[in-house]
Amino acid sequence: MFPAIEIRQVHKRFGNVQALRGVDLSIQQGEFFALLGPNGAGKSTLINILAGLALADSGYLKVLGHDVRANYREARRSIGVVPQELVYDAFFTVREMLQFQSGYFNLRDNSAWIDELLESLGLADKADVYVRSLSGGMKRRVLVAQALVHKPPVIVLDEPTAGVDVELRQSLWAFIRRLNREGHTIVLTTHYLEEAETLCSRIAMLKQGEIVALDTTANLLNRYAAIQVSIRLNPPRLPESLQPLLCGQDGEVFRFSLKHHAELEDVLRTLRMEEIRVVELDVSKPDLEDVFLRLVRS
Amino acid sequence: MTGLWTLFYKEILRFWKVSLQTILSPVVTTLLYLLIFSHVLEEHVLVYPGVNYTAFLIPGLVMMAMLQNAFANSSSSLIQAKMNGSIVFILLPPLAYWEFFTAYVAASVARGLVVGLGVGLAGLWFAAVPLVHPLWMLAFALLGSAMLGAMGIISSLWAESYDQMSAVQNFIIVPLTFLSGVFYSTASLSPLWRGVSRFNPFFYLIDGFRYGFFGASDVSPLFGLSIVATCFLALSLTTLLLLKSGYKLRK
Ligand SMILES: Nc1ncnc2c1ncn2[C@@H]1O[C@H](COP(=O)(O)OP(=O)(O)OP(=O)(O)O)[C@@H](O)[C@H]1O
Ligand SMILES: [Mg+2]
Repeated sequence: MFPAIEIRQVHKRFGNVQALRGVDLSIQQGEFFALLGPNGAGKSTLINILAGLALADSGYLKVLGHDVRANYREARRSIGVVPQELVYDAFFTVREMLQFQSGYFNLRDNSAWIDELLESLGLADKADVYVRSLSGGMKRRVLVAQALVHKPPVIVLDEPTAGVDVELRQSLWAFIRRLNREGHTIVLTTHYLEEAETLCSRIAMLKQGEIVALDTTANLLNRYAAIQVSIRLNPPRLPESLQPLLCGQDGEVFRFSLKHHAELEDVLRTLRMEEIRVVELDVSKPDLEDVFLRLVRS
Repeated sequence: MTGLWTLFYKEILRFWKVSLQTILSPVVTTLLYLLIFSHVLEEHVLVYPGVNYTAFLIPGLVMMAMLQNAFANSSSSLIQAKMNGSIVFILLPPLAYWEFFTAYVAASVARGLVVGLGVGLAGLWFAAVPLVHPLWMLAFALLGSAMLGAMGIISSLWAESYDQMSAVQNFIIVPLTFLSGVFYSTASLSPLWRGVSRFNPFFYLIDGFRYGFFGASDVSPLFGLSIVATCFLALSLTTLLLLKSGYKLRK
């Protein structure tokens, strides 16, 4: 079985900006994958090269085994891309755009699927409206629908939820999840890290054109994220041996930053031995934001 | 084939939806030329024997309108799509570069023919024009519109702004059409300017097109056709190579 996406040693330079420096990445079929990174990291550049909108300086990319240059027709049939920029054609209505897009993919009669897309994306009542007169969030939904007209096995969404309201964000993700369950591979970029954390099983972090981390979401959280623990102590004093773990104090509440949950047990044992009582305890889950910030700052 | 057909259909729909601007307005402008020039020059310009100036002018104006509108069609569609980013909708699907080329050129030809037909029919109201060799007329009409459709693609690929695009239109296309013998027979020019005219490919388009109507021309229609066909092939080849390489389209 071919990987959904295979990227080898891809370099890309724009003038004197080195946008990608030797990116290697394999994404298996059926994965729900996040490509994260700060502004300007090269996420969109990588996606554009994958979609054939830009050309790599060196290296190669394959979609379901089809090289994006040599077998561009098969590669493009296999992938659906939601571009980051809110673009639209001022001359046509939502339905016309979807019909054209179907035609470009050699689909003659696609109206059943088009209707389903319109319904699922909350666009049914906008079908015959000119795209130019829709609101920003609505235009974004049209872009999503356009990317899905040919039921691509690999779906790439470049910040699909930027400027989209909460309700649609949830219904959009429910829809994308359904597609993933039905076997579509999903790759997304987003700056809402909690989205990536709840949806994606694997994450790549891109920084200045390089992949700086690539692992399952769970492993990344374990490896990089600190567990924040707040404990109210009576008496409010901290044994010497726990000082290095302390990262803040509010009166009787001591805040610790721990690497593993196992460390919490050591803290509690030390306190018990020193006969300091734990009055209140609060453990916050590690989140992707910590991982992100640590990787970006390092 | 569906992909090519869809792109062609979309391009037709694009100009049809704004036909006031893309069809009616060039027809009216061209008729104004006809009105003014035929009025001013009717008595002064000598053309073919037995052909009055207004009748002579009509095929020239029809061809000029066809050429300018064929160029405007592909160039404005592509420069707009490039500028507002909607070009991605045709770059993402598996359309081959030759399908891209064929669809845009065919739509340009369609626009050229519709505008040309409009000017021609309206022109009949001003003067009766014979149609001696309809196939010659058609051959030059098709080749001319297709040539300008291809030129429209090339210039809109090259242009990085609306400003550059209108520079091509105003400094290359308009002068070449105006100086191609629309308003006069090059036989009436001095030998020097007649010689210079022969380097303008648009001259052969107008001259050959006119031959279709009157059966008379400044150069042999077969010679004209071979020049025009060669130009069309060269332009097509250039366009296809540019599209294949992704020139200024795929960064
Ligand atoms: N067409 C272009 N011309 C010149 N430079 C470009 C072009 N496209 C991207 N870049 C540069 O390449 C780098 C990577 O940009 P890219 O858009 O891929 O970042 P990104 O990770 O998608 O960022 P964001 O989160 O803001 O979308 C940036 O420095 C950007 O300025
Ligand atoms: Mg981006």
